[in-house]
Formats: sequence, C-alpha cells, structure tokens
Amino acid sequence: MSAAAFKTYRPPVMEVSEEGDELLEVAMGPHHPSTHGVFRMDVALDGERVVKLKPVFGYLHRNHEKIAEKASYLAAMPYTDRLDYFCSLTNNWAYALAVEKLAGLEVPERAEYIRVITAELTRIQNHASAIGFLMQEMGASGTPLMYAFREREKILDLFEELTGSRMMCNYMRFGGCRVELPSGWLDKVKTVVAGLPKFIDEMENLLTGNEILMARSQGVGILKPDLAVNAGVTGVMLRSTGVNYDIRKVDHYGIYDRFKFRVPLGDHGDIYDRYMLRVLEMRESVEILKQALKDVPGGPIMDPKSKIRGFRPKPGEAYGRIEAPKGELGFYLISDGSGNPYRYRVRPPSLINLTILEDMCLGQNVADVVLIFGSVDIVLGEVDR
Amino acid sequence: MAVETDLKIELGKQGVFVTTVSEIYNWGRKNSVWPMQFGLACCAIEMIATTMARYDLARFGAEVFRPSPRQADLMIISGTITKKMAPQVVRLYNQMAEPKYVIAMGACAISGGPFKQGYNVLKGIDRYIPVDVHIPGCPPRPEALIHAFMTLQAKIDAQPLTGADRPRHLDAEAQGLFPVPEQGAHDLEPPVNRLVWPLPAPVTASKSGENCG
Amino acid sequence: MKTAEEILGIIQAALPDAGVALVPNPSPSAQHSLLVAPASAVAVASFLRDDPELALDYCSNATGVDWPGKEISEKVKVTKLVEGVETIVEETVKRVEPGYLEAVYHLYSVKHAHREVAGPVVLRMRTGNRADQVQLPSLTPVWRSAEFQEREIFDLFGIVFVGHPDLRRILMWDEFEDHPMRRDYVDPDDYEYEPTPHDEVLKRADIHKAEANV
Repeated sequence: MSAAAFKTYRPPVMEVSEEGDELLEVAMGPHHPSTHGVFRMDVALDGERVVKLKPVFGYLHRNHEKIAEKASYLAAMPYTDRLDYFCSLTNNWAYALAVEKLAGLEVPERAEYIRVITAELTRIQNHASAIGFLMQEMGASGTPLMYAFREREKILDLFEELTGSRMMCNYMRFGGCRVELPSGWLDKVKTVVAGLPKFIDEMENLLTGNEILMARSQGVGILKPDLAVNAGVTGVMLRSTGVNYDIRKVDHYGIYDRFKFRVPLGDHGDIYDRYMLRVLEMRESVEILKQALKDVPGGPIMDPKSKIRGFRPKPGEAYGRIEAPKGELGFYLISDGSGNPYRYRVRPPSLINLTILEDMCLGQNVADVVLIFGSVDIVLGEVDR
Repeated sequence: MAVETDLKIELGKQGVFVTTVSEIYNWGRKNSVWPMQFGLACCAIEMIATTMARYDLARFGAEVFRPSPRQADLMIISGTITKKMAPQVVRLYNQMAEPKYVIAMGACAISGGPFKQGYNVLKGIDRYIPVDVHIPGCPPRPEALIHAFMTLQAKIDAQPLTGADRPRHLDAEAQGLFPVPEQGAHDLEPPVNRLVWPLPAPVTASKSGENCG
Repeated sequence: MKTAEEILGIIQAALPDAGVALVPNPSPSAQHSLLVAPASAVAVASFLRDDPELALDYCSNATGVDWPGKEISEKVKVTKLVEGVETIVEETVKRVEPGYLEAVYHLYSVKHAHREVAGPVVLRMRTGNRADQVQLPSLTPVWRSAEFQEREIFDLFGIVFVGHPDLRRILMWDEFEDHPMRRDYVDPDDYEYEPTPHDEVLKRADIHKAEANV
C-alpha cells in the first residue's frame, strides 16, 4: 500500500483555556500495566492533554558499572546479558567489540559469521516483541504478543541449543565466540529463517492496514530530525524521522559490508512509522540471514592471541559501539593494566532515547502517552543498568 | 477429618459425591489464583513467556494477570528489587487483599542474586514481606515457574481451616500489613524487618564459618 | 574524518584562547582525546557542532571518571647539617597529589556519517579537585543528549554542572547523600548471615553473628 492510500484520522483538538484551570498531576508508574518495567512518569495534565512530563527512573539501578570495576573483564560478560534482557547476544557483542578495540584483538571469520547470524536473529525477535507490546498497550490485549512470542520461542530454542540458555546467553568472548556450533544447528536456523517471511506476512496482514492502529498511531508522537540528532536518539527512533544513520553501515563493524541490505527510513516520525520500520527491519534481517547462512566458513572461532584467563590489556581506553536492536549500544572502557577495568561505562540507547519523551508527548492526550512510550521501545535493565 | 478413599469410591459409584469443607474450599482457592501483573526485570520476560502459548499458565488457573493489587491473589516478584523500589513493593503487598501469596522468582528476589554487591540492591524481598515459594534460577525457566506455581497450589491445598496453622485470612489476630521502609540518607530505614526475617538462632561455641547443617 | 591532532589544529586556529591539549591514548584503539579547559568548553563545543566541515552534531556518550588523589613519595637530595658538616643527604618527601573528577564526551557526526570511518572525537574536562572545586560547565545547551547523562554523572560522581536545565539525582532516590561511583565509596553494611561467607564478607558476617549471640 502506498503512503497516499492511508487515511489519517485525527479527532478535533478541544480548546481548553489554561488560565485558572488547575493542573492534575498524575504519577504513572512505577507499577503500571503499560510500562515496560519499573518506570515512572510524572505527568501534569490539563484535562486530557499533557502539559508537562518528567520521567523518573532508577528503580532497577543495579550498579552494573560498579560491579564490573571489581570483577575481571571476563566476569563482566554475564552481566552484560542482563542489560537489555531481550537481546543478550548483541549486548555481548558490543562489550566484546569494545574490549577487542582496547586490546587489539582480531576475530576469525567463522566467529564473525556466527556473530552476525545470532545478532540478526536477536533483532528479529526483539522487533517482533516490541510490536507485540505496542499492540498490547493499544488494546489488543495479548494476541499480537502471542504471535510474536510464538516465533520468539523458536528462536530461543536455537539460542538454547547453541549457548545453553534461552535468554542470558553469555556467548561472545574477546576475540571470538565461546563454543563451537553444534552439529545440525545451521540447518535448524535455515528452517526457522525459511518460516520467518510467512510470519512477517501474517503479522502485516493483521496489523498494517488495521483501522484502529492507523487511527491511534498516525500523526501521534511526532519527532523532528534535528531534535533527534541533537538529543542523541539512535536506532529505529532516529530512522523514523528520516535520518539515514545505521551503525552497521556507518562503522562497518563485523562483516556487514559483505551483505546487501537496505536501511528503511520513515517520513513522518510518528508511531506508525516506527511500527512500519520495525516490520521492514525484520524483513531486512531475514535477507541478511539468508546471505550469511549460505557460506559460513570453517576454521577457529577464537583469536589464538587472546587469553581467556589472566586477561590484562595494556593501559588505555576504547569506545566500541554496535547497532543494537534498540539503538546505539556503546561500551567505554578504561584500562590501567590490571585484570579489572578501571572504568566501565555502558552507553544505553534506551536512556538516551528517553531524552525527548517529554517533547513528543506535549500536547497529546494522556492515552497516547502510553503508546508513545511504547513506541520508543525501552528496556529498564538498560536505562538503569 | 478426611473421608476414606474406598468409601469415596463406593459412594461415587452410586452417584454420591462426598468431600470435606476444607478440601473443597482449598480446591476452589488453589485453582483460581490470579497473579498480579508485576514484572521488575529479566525474570518478568520469562514470566510473560510462561503465560504465552507454549507454556500456558492459564491452564493452572492463573487465567488473567490483574494489574491492580486489589484484585490479585499472588504477587510474583520477578526481578531485582532495588532499594528505590522496595517501599513500593511493600506498599503493593499491603494493598493486596487477603488471602495473598508471594512467589520470589529468580535469584535476585531471593537474595539479591548476581547483583548482591550493590549499593542499591535489596538482598532479598524476604527482608520485608513473607514469601511462600522461592524458585531459584537466573532466570528460572518457564517450567520452573510452573513448578513454583504447583508448589504453591500444593501449599494452599494443605492449609487447614481451623487450628494454629490456619491461613492469615481466617485468623483475626494475624498481621497482614507490613511496615513500609523509608529511604534514608545512605540506606533504607530500617534495613530489614526483624519480625519477617529473623536472624538465625545463636550458635554455641562452634568454628566461625560453619553455617550449614 | 580527521585525526585528533588535525582537529586540535582546527580548534586552535579558530579559537586561539581555548585551552585545548591532546591526551594520547596508548592502547591499540588509538582514540586520542582532547583535554578542554572548563572556561572555554562551551565555546569549543559550539564550534565543533556548528563548523560545517566537522559538523560534530551527535554527542554519543557522556560519562564521568574518578581519579583519586595519589600519595607520592619522592627521594629528594637535601643539604643538611650532619655532625656539624654540610652534607647532601637523600630524604624521602611525601606529597599528596589531589585527585580530580573527569567528564568525558564522545562525539560523532551524523551529517557526514558516510565519509571515511574513524573513531569518535573525545573531549575531556577535569575538575579542580574532588572535594570543593567540582563544578564544570554543562554541555547540555550544545548537545541535548547530555541532559540525562550529566544528571547521572552528578548523581554518581558528584560533578556539579553549571548551566544544566534540571540538575538533580536521576538513578538514586532524592534523599540519598553519597556519590556511589567514586572509588572511595563504602557500601552500607546490610550484609548479614551468609551461607558461604569468605574474605571480607566473612569478617562482616562474624561481626553480625557476634552481635546476635550477645
């Protein structure tokens, strides 16, 4: 369907005088059926319209950075699983990338292919779940989420066979991957990937032309590109405003240069664009997977120069980043020559994407605040670390 | 006083169904436990996965997850409780109506888990509220959560209606509200509720470090 | 994308009074950083963002680092009277180098994203000491992405950002009084009875057990 064929319907905005009217202050959260975890928004309402919105978080602050300072480099790897707990393998990759930059390690080709395959599978299940949660907040209580989780379970089965755990995979190491692929795993991945286009088509048939989705999400929560860039917004949020910035294409990390894939961009910067972008990115991930699965080379999966135990990189610092499903996930490490990092910093995409939550919600109805917040697609484990 | 099984079967063949009040009371209660939709961290995703199509929790009676604590029977503490969040958890527990149960899901809810060395992490929710079932794991698999749920059902089934062991909601003297901690300058005040989480009995003249057994 | 030395040259050509210096990075990542004096930080930042050639319009990461003070003992040759004769004696002199807190910013360019790849441009600012001179200018007016991150640096490290629109704690509760990510922060003693204690946890557990046994 072309953009012109979509009807945009917005109810008329009521004129409400703001003189002499008291503002109603509501704390939405930390326990609320629609927040993606323990997150609070202090909202000041003039009738139904939002006048002020201040996010409050820290309810899941587990001082990941302080723990990593006391633990060794390798011991911090399982904690990265628990940052963005939907996408543990991309978190592992970002941390491994930062340490590889710090220590100057190289990753063998087979490990790079495995990294791309697992990262794209993670991206697909993350976007499917994000759409499912957005639909749940819109009122389709549970059904799109059930479809999304059905596919997610298939992908988690693959992860469990490879890494031993469904969610907290702890699979990447500095210089490669932890364990060799089990026999037959690649064929199972090919079977799952072959079934994914049908799932995405099914989802699109049910959702993309849906009148309720279009009425509630088109023209809602608009973000302008200049503000997005200045506020450090990345990922689907940034590309929905029309800015072409995908770190896979910009930084050329890993072996993404070998695969042909497109980067979908949005026109309006509203919730509907973000929904469509997630669907289109799922399709592009399937394309990458098809290309990557064709020729996975043999060989070692770890850099022979890297030491697992007694890993002591030289003093210095490094900043490494990847295109995680939620945005730009970066790790900043300062080493002082010992086995523990001196400073370990996670650059969380979800926290920085929330900077403009107030800007997007001003003037909207309070019922739309929940949708706008859902379309940012945050995970509290990453916001609070 | 339960009815003998042979008598039950004999009467059943005649079309007469006999039971005791406590059996049928507990049968109704245990098969309709409605959890509260309360997910804190990573374990919440496994909890959601348990309610989804593959590991359906609804067939055990947990048909709907009620967001309001007034309408829920069970609070599944899934995820790390931080000191910033702990007063709200206790408040929510207080707002639940009796009979109410708590499952501590995951290592973080039991004892702080992998984040135990944290200035903001509460080392286990049993410091402030009583917990019925602890299920370890990081995160526990959906099957483990179902096992926890079945353990809770067995526990409810075994509760007598009269006597000293009767559940809290049938006991007029029992305390169902727990004090909410305040957030102080460096830590929560009080850091622990001694009535809920007593120290172990004093150990007489033994080597320090010997704690098990 | 230019190297750090080239960018240093551009800044010094445009703003000669800005106190900018190069801090080399010995690791293989070769991400050298620019140390900016706090007085000229906002001017340098605005220049970096608005310059059409550099166009560093995207501040990716803003974080704090704590460098505690060091006690340095040096051997110094001193002339002293020993038994009436002036001799040169070696003495160890101890002096305390005050530590500082640091704010580090990583910058990228979205406008020129598809040029050659290079690492981020790293800016650093240092405070006077860790006790009372902890103010730094806020770069939130230049890059809005620093808003929440500077609040986090204030919360966890204690750097006060002058010019920040809304500086208050973000991760810890408002009544909290410490700055937990500093290297000398001591956890509150809320450990207790532990099933398998060892090392310092064992010492703490023994104290609590002794209190309970009294």
